[in-house]
Amino acid sequence: MSDAEAQDILSVASGWRAAGEQVAIATVTETWGSSPRPAGSQLAVTVSGKIAGSVSGGCIEGAVAEAAMKTIASGVPQLLDFGITNERAWEVGLACGGKLKVFVEKLA
Amino acid sequence: MTPELLAALNAARAAKQPVVVATKLPGGEQQLLPDPAAPADLAAAAARALDRDESGTVKLGDTEWFLNVYNPPMRLIVVGAVHIAQALVPMAAYLGLNVIVVDPRRSFATDARFPNVTLNTDWPDEAMDALAPDVRTAVITLTHDPKLDDPALDRALRSPAFYIGSLGSRKTHAARLKRLRELGHDDAALARIRGPVGLNIEAVTAPEIALSILAEFVAVRRNAPMASKEAPKAAA
Repeated sequence: MSDAEAQDILSVASGWRAAGEQVAIATVTETWGSSPRPAGSQLAVTVSGKIAGSVSGGCIEGAVAEAAMKTIASGVPQLLDFGITNERAWEVGLACGGKLKVFVEKLA
Repeated sequence: MTPELLAALNAARAAKQPVVVATKLPGGEQQLLPDPAAPADLAAAAARALDRDESGTVKLGDTEWFLNVYNPPMRLIVVGAVHIAQALVPMAAYLGLNVIVVDPRRSFATDARFPNVTLNTDWPDEAMDALAPDVRTAVITLTHDPKLDDPALDRALRSPAFYIGSLGSRKTHAARLKRLRELGHDDAALARIRGPVGLNIEAVTAPEIALSILAEFVAVRRNAPMASKEAPKAAA
Protein backbone atom coordinates (compact mmCIF):
# COMPACT_ATOMS: atom_id res chain seq x y z
CA MET A 1 0.00 0.00 0.00
CA SER A 2 1.72 3.13 -1.09
CA ASP A 3 -0.85 5.62 0.14
CA ALA A 4 0.62 7.85 2.80
CA GLU A 5 -2.56 7.49 4.80
CA ALA A 6 -2.13 3.71 4.94
CA GLN A 7 1.55 3.95 5.74
CA ASP A 8 0.99 6.32 8.63
CA ILE A 9 -0.82 3.49 10.38
CA LEU A 10 2.53 1.82 10.91
CA SER A 11 3.98 4.94 12.50
CA VAL A 12 0.94 5.13 14.74
CA ALA A 13 1.29 1.43 15.66
CA SER A 14 4.97 1.91 16.39
CA GLY A 15 4.14 4.86 18.66
CA TRP A 16 1.51 2.86 20.52
CA ARG A 17 3.95 -0.01 21.08
CA ALA A 18 6.60 2.41 22.33
CA ALA A 19 4.05 3.81 24.78
CA GLY A 20 3.57 0.32 26.24
CA GLU A 21 0.37 -0.65 24.44
CA GLN A 22 -0.30 -4.20 23.25
CA VAL A 23 -0.78 -3.91 19.50
CA ALA A 24 -1.95 -6.15 16.66
CA ILE A 25 -1.75 -5.38 12.94
CA ALA A 26 -4.27 -6.70 10.43
CA THR A 27 -3.44 -6.66 6.71
CA VAL A 28 -5.62 -7.43 3.69
CA THR A 29 -3.72 -10.12 1.75
CA GLU A 30 -6.21 -10.98 -1.02
CA THR A 31 -9.51 -9.66 -2.31
CA TRP A 32 -12.11 -10.94 -4.77
CA GLY A 33 -15.04 -9.00 -6.19
CA SER A 34 -16.01 -5.63 -4.82
CA SER A 35 -13.85 -5.17 -1.75
CA PRO A 36 -13.40 -1.54 -0.86
CA ARG A 37 -9.79 -1.77 0.34
CA PRO A 38 -7.00 -3.31 -1.77
CA ALA A 39 -4.42 -5.90 -0.67
CA GLY A 40 -1.92 -4.24 1.62
CA SER A 41 -4.49 -2.12 3.48
CA GLN A 42 -3.81 -2.20 7.20
CA LEU A 43 -5.53 -1.76 10.52
CA ALA A 44 -3.76 -1.41 13.85
CA VAL A 45 -5.65 -2.15 17.06
CA THR A 46 -4.75 -2.16 20.75
CA VAL A 47 -6.08 -4.06 23.75
CA SER A 48 -7.06 -0.69 25.21
CA GLY A 49 -9.41 -0.16 22.24
CA LYS A 50 -7.50 2.19 19.96
CA ILE A 51 -7.98 1.64 16.22
CA ALA A 52 -6.18 3.17 13.22
CA GLY A 53 -6.69 2.45 9.54
CA SER A 54 -9.09 0.01 7.89
CA VAL A 55 -9.29 -3.31 6.08
CA SER A 56 -12.79 -2.82 4.65
CA GLY A 57 -15.46 -0.20 4.38
CA GLY A 58 -16.28 -0.83 8.02
CA CYS A 59 -18.16 -4.12 7.72
CA ILE A 60 -15.51 -6.45 9.17
CA GLU A 61 -13.45 -4.16 11.40
CA GLY A 62 -15.29 -5.35 14.53
CA ALA A 63 -14.65 -9.01 13.78
CA VAL A 64 -11.01 -8.31 12.90
CA ALA A 65 -10.50 -6.40 16.16
CA GLU A 66 -12.01 -9.32 18.05
CA ALA A 67 -9.66 -11.78 16.32
CA ALA A 68 -6.78 -9.42 17.04
CA MET A 69 -7.44 -9.70 20.78
CA LYS A 70 -7.01 -13.48 20.50
CA THR A 71 -3.78 -13.07 18.58
CA ILE A 72 -2.44 -10.60 21.11
CA ALA A 73 -3.28 -13.05 23.93
CA SER A 74 -1.86 -16.14 22.20
CA GLY A 75 0.88 -14.62 20.08
CA VAL A 76 -0.30 -16.82 17.20
CA PRO A 77 -1.08 -15.06 13.91
CA GLN A 78 -4.34 -15.79 12.07
CA LEU A 79 -5.37 -15.75 8.43
CA LEU A 80 -9.06 -14.83 8.37
CA ASP A 81 -11.47 -15.40 5.49
CA PHE A 82 -14.41 -13.12 4.98
CA GLY A 83 -16.98 -13.48 2.25
CA ILE A 84 -20.18 -14.95 1.01
CA THR A 85 -18.85 -18.52 0.80
CA ASN A 86 -17.82 -18.41 4.43
CA GLU A 87 -20.05 -19.06 7.41
CA ARG A 88 -18.70 -15.97 9.06
CA ALA A 89 -20.41 -13.91 6.39
CA TRP A 90 -23.66 -14.51 8.20
CA GLU A 91 -22.21 -13.16 11.41
CA VAL A 92 -20.25 -10.34 9.88
CA GLY A 93 -22.22 -9.57 6.77
CA LEU A 94 -20.26 -8.27 3.81
CA ALA A 95 -22.79 -5.87 2.34
CA CYS A 96 -20.51 -5.34 -0.65
CA GLY A 97 -20.68 -9.02 -1.63
CA GLY A 98 -16.91 -9.20 -1.90
CA LYS A 99 -14.47 -11.66 -0.36
CA LEU A 100 -11.20 -11.00 1.34
CA LYS A 101 -8.46 -12.55 3.42
CA VAL A 102 -6.97 -10.70 6.37
CA PHE A 103 -3.73 -11.63 8.13
CA VAL A 104 -3.67 -10.71 11.82
CA GLU A 105 -0.39 -10.58 13.72
CA LYS A 106 0.83 -9.33 17.04
CA LEU A 107 3.36 -6.52 17.13
CA ALA A 108 5.85 -8.18 19.43
CA MET B 1 5.70 -8.38 13.24
CA THR B 2 8.65 -7.68 15.47
CA PRO B 3 9.28 -4.13 16.70
CA GLU B 4 12.72 -4.43 15.03
CA LEU B 5 11.19 -5.18 11.63
CA LEU B 6 8.64 -2.38 12.08
CA ALA B 7 11.43 0.04 13.00
CA ALA B 8 13.44 -0.99 9.93
CA LEU B 9 10.35 -0.63 7.74
CA ASN B 10 9.53 2.80 9.14
CA ALA B 11 13.17 3.89 8.69
CA ALA B 12 13.13 2.76 5.04
CA ARG B 13 9.88 4.64 4.46
CA ALA B 14 11.28 7.77 6.09
CA ALA B 15 14.32 7.50 3.79
CA LYS B 16 11.92 7.13 0.81
CA GLN B 17 13.35 3.72 -0.11
CA PRO B 18 11.07 1.26 -1.92
CA VAL B 19 10.72 -1.86 0.26
CA VAL B 20 8.59 -4.98 0.57
CA VAL B 21 7.56 -6.86 3.70
CA ALA B 22 7.30 -10.55 2.79
CA THR B 23 5.10 -12.60 5.13
CA LYS B 24 4.96 -16.39 4.95
CA LEU B 25 1.33 -17.53 5.12
CA PRO B 26 -0.17 -18.69 7.33
CA GLY B 27 2.78 -18.93 9.77
CA GLY B 28 3.71 -15.26 9.70
CA GLU B 29 7.52 -15.38 9.40
CA GLN B 30 8.63 -12.12 7.87
CA GLN B 31 11.49 -10.43 6.14
CA LEU B 32 12.19 -7.01 4.70
CA LEU B 33 13.32 -6.81 1.06
CA PRO B 34 15.47 -5.97 -0.82
CA ASP B 35 17.97 -8.05 1.14
CA PRO B 36 21.10 -9.53 -0.44
CA ALA B 37 20.60 -12.64 1.71
CA ALA B 38 17.06 -13.27 0.37
CA PRO B 39 16.38 -16.25 -1.91
CA ALA B 40 16.53 -15.28 -5.59
CA ASP B 41 12.89 -16.19 -6.36
CA LEU B 42 11.58 -14.15 -3.43
CA ALA B 43 13.82 -11.20 -4.33
CA ALA B 44 12.58 -11.30 -7.94
CA ALA B 45 8.93 -11.49 -6.85
CA ALA B 46 9.44 -8.53 -4.52
CA ALA B 47 11.07 -6.50 -7.29
CA ARG B 48 8.11 -7.24 -9.59
CA ALA B 49 5.62 -6.25 -6.90
CA LEU B 50 7.45 -2.94 -6.36
CA ASP B 51 7.53 -2.33 -10.08
CA ARG B 52 3.77 -2.93 -10.39
CA ASP B 53 3.19 -1.04 -7.13
CA GLU B 54 0.80 -3.79 -6.09
CA SER B 55 0.68 -5.84 -2.91
CA GLY B 56 -0.49 -9.44 -3.16
CA THR B 57 0.15 -13.12 -2.52
CA VAL B 58 2.56 -15.24 -4.56
CA LYS B 59 3.33 -18.94 -4.42
CA LEU B 60 7.01 -19.81 -4.61
CA GLY B 61 7.54 -23.58 -4.57
CA ASP B 62 5.28 -24.86 -1.81
CA THR B 63 5.32 -21.61 0.13
CA GLU B 64 2.73 -18.86 -0.05
CA TRP B 65 4.02 -15.35 0.58
CA PHE B 66 2.17 -12.12 1.04
CA LEU B 67 4.21 -9.27 -0.40
CA ASN B 68 3.25 -5.88 1.00
CA VAL B 69 4.65 -3.09 -1.14
CA TYR B 70 5.84 0.17 0.39
CA ASN B 71 6.83 2.46 -2.45
CA PRO B 72 7.84 6.02 -1.65
CA PRO B 73 5.10 8.59 -2.28
CA MET B 74 4.55 9.72 -5.86
CA ARG B 75 5.88 13.20 -6.59
CA LEU B 76 3.85 16.09 -7.86
CA ILE B 77 5.74 19.02 -9.35
CA VAL B 78 3.52 22.10 -9.50
CA VAL B 79 4.87 24.91 -11.66
CA GLY B 80 3.32 28.20 -10.58
CA ALA B 81 2.83 29.24 -6.96
CA VAL B 82 -0.55 30.70 -7.91
CA HIS B 83 -3.94 30.77 -6.23
CA ILE B 84 -5.01 27.40 -7.67
CA ALA B 85 -1.75 25.91 -6.41
CA GLN B 86 -2.65 27.04 -2.90
CA ALA B 87 -5.77 24.88 -3.14
CA LEU B 88 -4.08 22.05 -5.06
CA VAL B 89 -1.06 21.57 -2.80
CA PRO B 90 -2.83 20.67 0.47
CA MET B 91 -5.27 18.39 -1.38
CA ALA B 92 -2.38 16.62 -3.12
CA ALA B 93 -0.55 16.24 0.18
CA TYR B 94 -3.70 14.68 1.64
CA LEU B 95 -3.69 12.18 -1.24
CA GLY B 96 -0.22 11.18 -0.09
CA LEU B 97 1.79 12.92 -2.81
CA ASN B 98 5.18 14.47 -2.21
CA VAL B 99 4.60 17.99 -3.55
CA ILE B 100 7.21 20.44 -4.87
CA VAL B 101 6.18 23.92 -5.99
CA VAL B 102 8.36 25.62 -8.60
CA ASP B 103 8.12 29.36 -9.22
CA PRO B 104 11.00 31.81 -9.67
CA ARG B 105 8.71 34.69 -8.71
CA ARG B 106 9.56 35.04 -5.06
CA SER B 107 6.52 37.15 -4.30
CA PHE B 108 4.40 34.12 -5.18
CA ALA B 109 6.60 31.32 -3.85
CA THR B 110 6.55 32.24 -0.18
CA ASP B 111 6.41 30.07 2.92
CA ALA B 112 3.46 32.12 4.09
CA ARG B 113 1.45 31.14 1.02
CA PHE B 114 2.75 27.55 1.01
CA PRO B 115 3.43 26.43 4.56
CA ASN B 116 5.27 23.10 4.96
CA VAL B 117 5.82 22.70 1.21
CA THR B 118 9.10 22.33 -0.66
CA LEU B 119 9.51 25.51 -2.72
CA ASN B 120 11.95 25.76 -5.60
CA THR B 121 12.58 29.28 -6.89
CA ASP B 122 14.88 28.30 -9.76
CA TRP B 123 13.81 28.90 -13.35
CA PRO B 124 11.50 26.00 -14.32
CA ASP B 125 13.91 24.34 -16.80
CA GLU B 126 16.70 24.31 -14.21
CA ALA B 127 14.32 23.18 -11.50
CA MET B 128 13.00 20.37 -13.69
CA ASP B 129 16.53 19.25 -14.60
CA ALA B 130 17.39 19.05 -10.92
CA LEU B 131 14.14 17.30 -9.96
CA ALA B 132 14.45 14.78 -12.82
CA PRO B 133 10.83 13.58 -13.14
CA ASP B 134 10.52 9.78 -13.26
CA VAL B 135 7.65 7.36 -13.94
CA ARG B 136 6.22 8.09 -10.48
CA THR B 137 6.18 11.85 -11.02
CA ALA B 138 3.34 14.10 -12.19
CA VAL B 139 3.97 17.61 -13.54
CA ILE B 140 1.30 20.30 -13.61
CA THR B 141 1.86 23.82 -14.92
CA LEU B 142 -0.43 26.54 -13.64
CA THR B 143 1.23 29.86 -14.46
CA HIS B 144 -0.46 30.65 -17.81
CA ASP B 145 2.83 32.37 -18.61
CA PRO B 146 4.68 30.81 -21.57
CA LYS B 147 8.01 32.00 -20.15
CA LEU B 148 7.44 29.72 -17.14
CA ASP B 149 5.11 26.98 -18.40
CA ASP B 150 6.87 26.22 -21.69
CA PRO B 151 10.33 25.33 -20.32
CA ALA B 152 8.69 23.16 -17.65
CA LEU B 153 6.54 21.35 -20.22
CA ASP B 154 9.51 20.96 -22.55
CA ARG B 155 11.47 19.22 -19.81
CA ALA B 156 8.45 17.20 -18.68
CA LEU B 157 7.99 15.88 -22.24
CA ARG B 158 11.62 14.80 -22.30
CA SER B 159 11.04 12.84 -19.07
CA PRO B 160 9.03 9.67 -18.35
CA ALA B 161 6.61 11.61 -16.07
CA PHE B 162 3.35 9.64 -16.05
CA TYR B 163 1.03 12.63 -15.85
CA ILE B 164 1.58 16.01 -17.45
CA GLY B 165 -1.13 18.65 -17.15
CA SER B 166 -1.29 22.26 -18.14
CA LEU B 167 -3.83 24.85 -17.08
CA GLY B 168 -5.31 27.05 -19.78
CA SER B 169 -8.27 27.35 -22.10
CA ARG B 170 -8.51 25.36 -25.33
CA LYS B 171 -7.24 28.40 -27.22
CA THR B 172 -4.32 28.93 -24.84
CA HIS B 173 -3.54 25.25 -25.04
CA ALA B 174 -3.57 25.18 -28.85
CA ALA B 175 -1.11 28.07 -28.91
CA ARG B 176 1.03 26.30 -26.32
CA LEU B 177 1.14 23.11 -28.39
CA LYS B 178 2.22 25.11 -31.42
CA ARG B 179 5.13 26.63 -29.49
CA LEU B 180 6.16 23.23 -28.09
CA ARG B 181 6.05 21.75 -31.57
CA GLU B 182 8.54 24.40 -32.63
CA LEU B 183 10.80 23.11 -29.84
CA GLY B 184 10.79 19.73 -31.60
CA HIS B 185 7.98 17.81 -29.89
CA ASP B 186 5.85 15.66 -32.21
CA ASP B 187 2.14 14.81 -32.00
CA ALA B 188 2.70 11.72 -29.88
CA ALA B 189 4.72 13.72 -27.36
CA LEU B 190 2.23 16.60 -27.30
CA ALA B 191 -0.65 14.18 -26.75
CA ARG B 192 0.88 13.39 -23.35
CA ILE B 193 -0.09 16.84 -22.10
CA ARG B 194 -3.51 16.97 -20.51
CA GLY B 195 -4.88 20.31 -21.51
CA PRO B 196 -7.15 21.84 -20.54
CA VAL B 197 -6.04 20.04 -17.40
CA GLY B 198 -8.50 18.17 -15.20
CA LEU B 199 -11.74 16.26 -15.56
CA ASN B 200 -14.58 18.31 -16.95
CA ILE B 201 -16.73 18.86 -13.87
CA GLU B 202 -17.44 22.51 -14.74
CA ALA B 203 -15.10 23.59 -11.96
CA VAL B 204 -15.14 27.33 -11.22
CA THR B 205 -13.39 28.11 -7.94
CA ALA B 206 -9.72 27.39 -7.20
CA PRO B 207 -10.52 24.42 -4.93
CA GLU B 208 -12.94 23.03 -7.53
CA ILE B 209 -10.27 23.28 -10.24
CA ALA B 210 -7.77 21.61 -7.90
CA LEU B 211 -10.29 18.83 -7.33
CA SER B 212 -10.81 18.32 -11.05
CA ILE B 213 -7.04 18.15 -11.64
CA LEU B 214 -6.48 15.64 -8.86
CA ALA B 215 -9.50 13.59 -9.95
CA GLU B 216 -7.87 13.31 -13.38
CA PHE B 217 -4.53 12.44 -11.78
CA VAL B 218 -6.23 9.58 -9.89
CA ALA B 219 -8.05 8.43 -13.05
CA VAL B 220 -4.73 8.24 -14.91
CA ARG B 221 -2.93 6.57 -12.04
CA ARG B 222 -5.65 3.94 -11.67
CA ASN B 223 -6.23 3.44 -15.41
CA ALA B 224 -9.86 4.55 -15.21
CA PRO B 225 -11.65 4.49 -18.60
CA MET B 226 -12.33 8.22 -18.34
CA ALA B 227 -8.58 8.87 -18.25
CA SER B 228 -8.21 7.99 -21.93
CA LYS B 229 -9.92 11.08 -23.28
CA GLU B 230 -9.31 12.06 -26.84
CA ALA B 231 -5.85 13.43 -27.37
CA PRO B 232 -5.91 17.18 -27.95
CA LYS B 233 -5.20 18.31 -31.50
CA ALA B 234 -2.14 20.41 -31.94
CA ALA B 235 -2.65 23.73 -33.69
CA ALA B 236 -1.42 23.68 -37.26
